[in-house]
Amino acid sequence: MATKRRACAVLALLMTSVLVVAGCNSGGDEASPQSELYKNPVTLTWWHNGSQDGPGKTYWEKVAKDFSALHPTVKIEIEAIETNQLQRTRLPAALLSNDPPDIFQAWGGGEMREQVEADYLKEITGQVKTEVANIGSAAEIWQVNGKQYGLPFRMGIEGIWYNKEMFARAGIAAPPATFEELNAAVTKLKAINVVPIAVGAGDKWPAAHWWYNLALRACSVDTLKKASTDRVFDDPCFVKAGQDLKAFIDTKPFQPNFIATPGQNDPTSANGMLANGKAAMELMGDWNRGTLDTVATDTAKLATFLGWFPVPAISGSPGDPKAALGGGDGFSCSKNAPAECVEFLKYIVSPEVQKGYAETGTGLPVAKGADAGVKDPALKSILEATSGASYVQLWLDTAYGSTVGNAMNDAIVAIFAGNGTPEKVVSAMKAAASK
Amino acid sequence: MTSANQIRMPAGGASASPAGSQTAERASARRAETRRKWYEIVGLTTPAVAIYVMFVLVPMGFAVYYSLFRWRGVGPPTEFVGLRNYTLAFQDPIFLDALRNNAIIVFGSLLIQGPIALGIALLLNRRFRGRAVFRLLVFVPYVLAEVTVGIMWKLLLTGDGTVDALLRSLGLGGLVQPWLADLDVVIWTLLAVLTWKYVGFAIILLLAGLSNVPDELTEAAAIDGASWWQIQRHITIPLLGPTIRIWMFLSVIGSLQVFDMIWVTSVPAVRSLGASATMATYMVDNGFFARLWGYGNAVAVILFVISFVAALLFQRFLLRRDIEGAITGRAK
Repeated sequence: MATKRRACAVLALLMTSVLVVAGCNSGGDEASPQSELYKNPVTLTWWHNGSQDGPGKTYWEKVAKDFSALHPTVKIEIEAIETNQLQRTRLPAALLSNDPPDIFQAWGGGEMREQVEADYLKEITGQVKTEVANIGSAAEIWQVNGKQYGLPFRMGIEGIWYNKEMFARAGIAAPPATFEELNAAVTKLKAINVVPIAVGAGDKWPAAHWWYNLALRACSVDTLKKASTDRVFDDPCFVKAGQDLKAFIDTKPFQPNFIATPGQNDPTSANGMLANGKAAMELMGDWNRGTLDTVATDTAKLATFLGWFPVPAISGSPGDPKAALGGGDGFSCSKNAPAECVEFLKYIVSPEVQKGYAETGTGLPVAKGADAGVKDPALKSILEATSGASYVQLWLDTAYGSTVGNAMNDAIVAIFAGNGTPEKVVSAMKAAASK
Repeated sequence: MTSANQIRMPAGGASASPAGSQTAERASARRAETRRKWYEIVGLTTPAVAIYVMFVLVPMGFAVYYSLFRWRGVGPPTEFVGLRNYTLAFQDPIFLDALRNNAIIVFGSLLIQGPIALGIALLLNRRFRGRAVFRLLVFVPYVLAEVTVGIMWKLLLTGDGTVDALLRSLGLGGLVQPWLADLDVVIWTLLAVLTWKYVGFAIILLLAGLSNVPDELTEAAAIDGASWWQIQRHITIPLLGPTIRIWMFLSVIGSLQVFDMIWVTSVPAVRSLGASATMATYMVDNGFFARLWGYGNAVAVILFVISFVAALLFQRFLLRRDIEGAITGRAK
């Protein structure tokens, strides 16, 4: 009965493995010299995650078309793939084979480190000096050992999206700046019978992000940096993050049955609850502006009540209160991609293209000179907070790589489900690092 | 079997003694015949065997090979760890949860689907108006794609969804619970959905078996004064034996490998906590999502071995009479 489908899953795992053997003896580096650029016709395959219909998807189509118009020798073939599929199955398998896409979505951090160690990516340090200077510190996430292997086109920090109208009704004067104030706001919101905070714990990562933020408050920046590079999690601050989380969950700030709630893209999801006036707050990244619009029944109303504030500080904690958790999306070229690939990458992060991207409202641009494209007030406040952040920590599951990230998220969700402990999160991370 | 062959063989040899030239001619004709038969066998089976080897045996071999490595799927596998992935799997409480869930689904399917299907099949085997419609309706869930059924039930079972509303309107509001989110409830919810989906398959199989039960037997029994129940108990059900055993076999193998219904219907968080994981979902969660490719292959091998052993035991002990000659017997 389920035989055939199981076979597919296994076959997928196995056939990709078979491809390794085929991929082992593929050709060497064929980088053509700069003078050869645009001489011969080339086709670039481009894999990105703008798979849902909307401004994000159509914008990338326009970018590809514009570039081909500027350089008629270059043809661009787009394949838009849902994020999880792209990141977990399609890309790893394609990179193992001898026919990877030329330019593809890259998230930086631990995953990119592994890809560089396996010699999959084109090193572009020398070619993108101007672009890196224009992007600033955000570009560092796409570096490994000081060398550039990709460039971001979107970057933003995480914060709390909230319903201004509900806050006013509950008598909350200003967005909470500390966890004490956040707790007080939760109590006031309960008093007017609304769900204070929606969390999509069903998808694990939206719940795990609460722990990440508490770790950011409990741990010093040095500890976090060291954990990202060495994957050592001995500092007691990681246990403290779990204890703070448990205490916070015990105040019951979340909707009932949150363990079944999906994170996004669906009216019953956590951002669906915020978008449709069923919850007052949600912790989420800058892309949420776009996803909220896709699930809102009344987008005009959403625009009137939506606000954003940074994750509150915890008084007396060693973490930097101005540090923020964030991340972005970028693109890398595979090792044997034609030189035109790098030119296209540079085009994507150029101020004009970035400004157009900002105007789609699907995320925050990274290039200076593109800020003017940001129109939404909530996104504007994120832009301000991002540039004002003293340190931006990449999402911990991305920073530590999929193996540790997955185990960490599972152990954090266990705390949410009521059968985990702060200590188990740390031991799960250590166990996964050795797997 | 062997003794019969031993007797027959010398007899065949003895018949080859008369007139020398004739024998040689006949022998060469027989040899040509044998050769032709072999050409046919090789010619007809080579494509199938080649495909089987390429897409079944070779990947299986690779799975076993990769399961011996600590390998994240980035670059070729280099770090040989022997059987470490296997010991790690059996030390992981979530994998043990997955094994337990598979056992629940195997026994739940047999013990719940079997009696329901048998009862309904016996009823549907009687003549009454609209029987064809009922037979069709019973089979509908099985025809639907598993993913479709999974999403449908997920929508019906969400908090304050249709199922909850129905229970409340029937005055059974006390029964309402987080069907797919409660760690203790979810596996039973999934078992109910699987039963709903697959009971139709068992019924159709049993109805086919029932059509092979000769009417004369039941008529004779009826003339002898046997009641309907006595006829079923002493004639129909025993004659259904082969069909029931084949269904059990398919059900056990399917239950061990169940994947998509669980994957689609249950919540990722609940699944990764072990409450609704099965071996197959555990394999994908670890192989792809945690990017432990060597470990994922080890889990795939464990799943294969368990299914294979179950299949062998079934053939050896339960299906032996039914498939005598078909699989284990000698071709004549």
